[in-house]
Amino acid sequence: MSEQSTRDEYLAQGGDWSEIVSESAERGDETVVVNFGPSHPSTHGVMRLIMELDGETITSIRPGIGFLHTGIEKNMEYRTWTQGVAFMTRCNYVANFFNEAVYCLAVEKLLGITDDIPERAQILRVMIMEINRISNHFTGVGAGALELNATSVQEVCLREREICLEFNQAVTGLRMNNAWIRPGGTATDLPEDGLDRLRDLIRRMEDNIPEIDQFFTANPIFKSRTQGAGYMDLAGCMAMGCTGPVLRSTGLPWDLRKKQPYSGYQDYDFEVCTADSCDAYGRYLVRLHEMFESIKILKQCHKRLTETQGQPHMVADKRIAWPAELSIGPDGQGNSNEHIKHIMGESMEALIHHFKIVTEGFAVPAGQVYQAVEAGAGELGCHLVSDGGTRPYRSHLRDPGFIHVQSIPAMCEGALLPDVVATLASLDPVMGGVDR
Amino acid sequence: MSGQTPVSGGEGLERVSDPNPVMEVRTGMWGGASGSSDTSGYNGLIRTVEMPGDSSRPYGGWFDAVADRMAELVPGFSAGLTLVHRGEITFFVRPEKLLELVAVLRDDEQLRFECCAALTCVHYPQMTGQEMHVVYNLLSYTHNRRIRLEVALADPQDHHPHLPSVVTVYPHADYQEREAWDMFGVIFDGHPALTRILMPDDWVGHPQRKDYPLGGIPVEYKGHVTPPPDERRSYNS
Repeated sequence: MSEQSTRDEYLAQGGDWSEIVSESAERGDETVVVNFGPSHPSTHGVMRLIMELDGETITSIRPGIGFLHTGIEKNMEYRTWTQGVAFMTRCNYVANFFNEAVYCLAVEKLLGITDDIPERAQILRVMIMEINRISNHFTGVGAGALELNATSVQEVCLREREICLEFNQAVTGLRMNNAWIRPGGTATDLPEDGLDRLRDLIRRMEDNIPEIDQFFTANPIFKSRTQGAGYMDLAGCMAMGCTGPVLRSTGLPWDLRKKQPYSGYQDYDFEVCTADSCDAYGRYLVRLHEMFESIKILKQCHKRLTETQGQPHMVADKRIAWPAELSIGPDGQGNSNEHIKHIMGESMEALIHHFKIVTEGFAVPAGQVYQAVEAGAGELGCHLVSDGGTRPYRSHLRDPGFIHVQSIPAMCEGALLPDVVATLASLDPVMGGVDR
Repeated sequence: MSGQTPVSGGEGLERVSDPNPVMEVRTGMWGGASGSSDTSGYNGLIRTVEMPGDSSRPYGGWFDAVADRMAELVPGFSAGLTLVHRGEITFFVRPEKLLELVAVLRDDEQLRFECCAALTCVHYPQMTGQEMHVVYNLLSYTHNRRIRLEVALADPQDHHPHLPSVVTVYPHADYQEREAWDMFGVIFDGHPALTRILMPDDWVGHPQRKDYPLGGIPVEYKGHVTPPPDERRSYNS
């Protein structure tokens, strides 16, 4: 460090780069320290990278995170178990249904009601998670493409992601931050035209996801930018704790949906996608193929949802289930008129019950659990502790992006500056989840 | 490394007869967030919250094989308590044995817990002598298993309990230990660069400790003022 402190410092603000370059050339000073981010269009979010460059070769890189830290875990300790979903969904806002699902599965495990969740609720969860996986991969591939200057691919991805978000809106009332998966089930059932919308979505995705494939998979520029970039083999992944597409790009078919199934994933027919190149290109291929596998799962969901029409989507235990049936009115989401009529005009007990569950919430027996799901980027875990009260005593989210960010130095040091962008995009960290 | 008390009982004691550690003793039911008093002044309701779980043998399934192997390779690792709850097993570990234990857990063929999936802390200010619990959720890819290690530390005067870092065994614990330091003030001895990670470098305090206030300001809307969440009237249950 003492060596560094004796170096000349150049402060670059705006357009004085040419001065710095000429000044640096004059002094024969070969190493340049560049601060990349936190507000830079190619850092995949508000992430700061402190790089030491020898020419265009990276000799040292250190990620700086925390710019999007919002204290979600602490805040949840002051809200009821149900309100916790509204916080969880705001962590990784691109893959929000995974956050909701892992939290609710953990709460249900603490309550000991995992086996009581109705079949239709499980199918609805799988459906929304697979749509979320597709839209998450759209963001991962699309934003990555934009960072590599392939704007057309980003256009395709944004266009198709919009279709997924519109479906989310039709089903949950909101495009993002849905808080739709709740402890015990889901907040609402499908709307009347839900099955038709799902069918249309499946068709549209089947038609249009191949477009990304056509743009990218054989594209010589894309291949030369990503092949060999961000190399991390199986031993490296084990050491750095990498999961998801990063791990599967080394050829290990590790997918929690298959290995430690939840929400009934063991009953669905799909393949675990792998690649063997251990690089950014391999991770792209894994994501692309996973989108096709998600469509396969969605088709099975459509069939099962047709078969289970009219069945409950919330656990039968009235001490846990949300008392109101939510309905989507013209102004967004609210209690159904039937329910309001019942509690306001017909039953004093129903009103008291509604009041108690909504304001106080339900108590969860003391204990701690760890639950993990396969999110778009890898293992998303939730460590929950209850002290027997109506609020989480401690809620910790293990975000795959947080774990992946620390492997950036191992992947990038010794590589060229442009490889950093491709590597970062291939990890697909979403800073909302990384910083929480 | 001083002032650490093993959780409940100790070596050589019969586990079955040990009561589970008490997390909290609560009085009252409904009142302000400022105290535990009931609004009515009754305060007669007293509840003891214990850490749940069955600590008697057999633990069931592969738990016994793993527990035996751990005890065989690192004798005396246990702090005297093993809890099985909701299908998960938690080993309470003596802090001085932690590093030796995780190395064995990673490398032994019958154990092979290659990944420290989630490392985090839980602060129990009411558990005198063992206020800070550091929790390791380990994952084995080889055997497709999960276990949890828990180390209970006393919260010293300066609120910085010490524990050996596991970064040499699990390199991916690096950021996780930094987060635990940042949020709880636990010092992981031997960590290559234990600096703040989520909070600004010059931040004072460790926000996820229970004695650190949530913060927030009253919000006024159409004449009504809503106090910040930790100052609202709430249930104590």
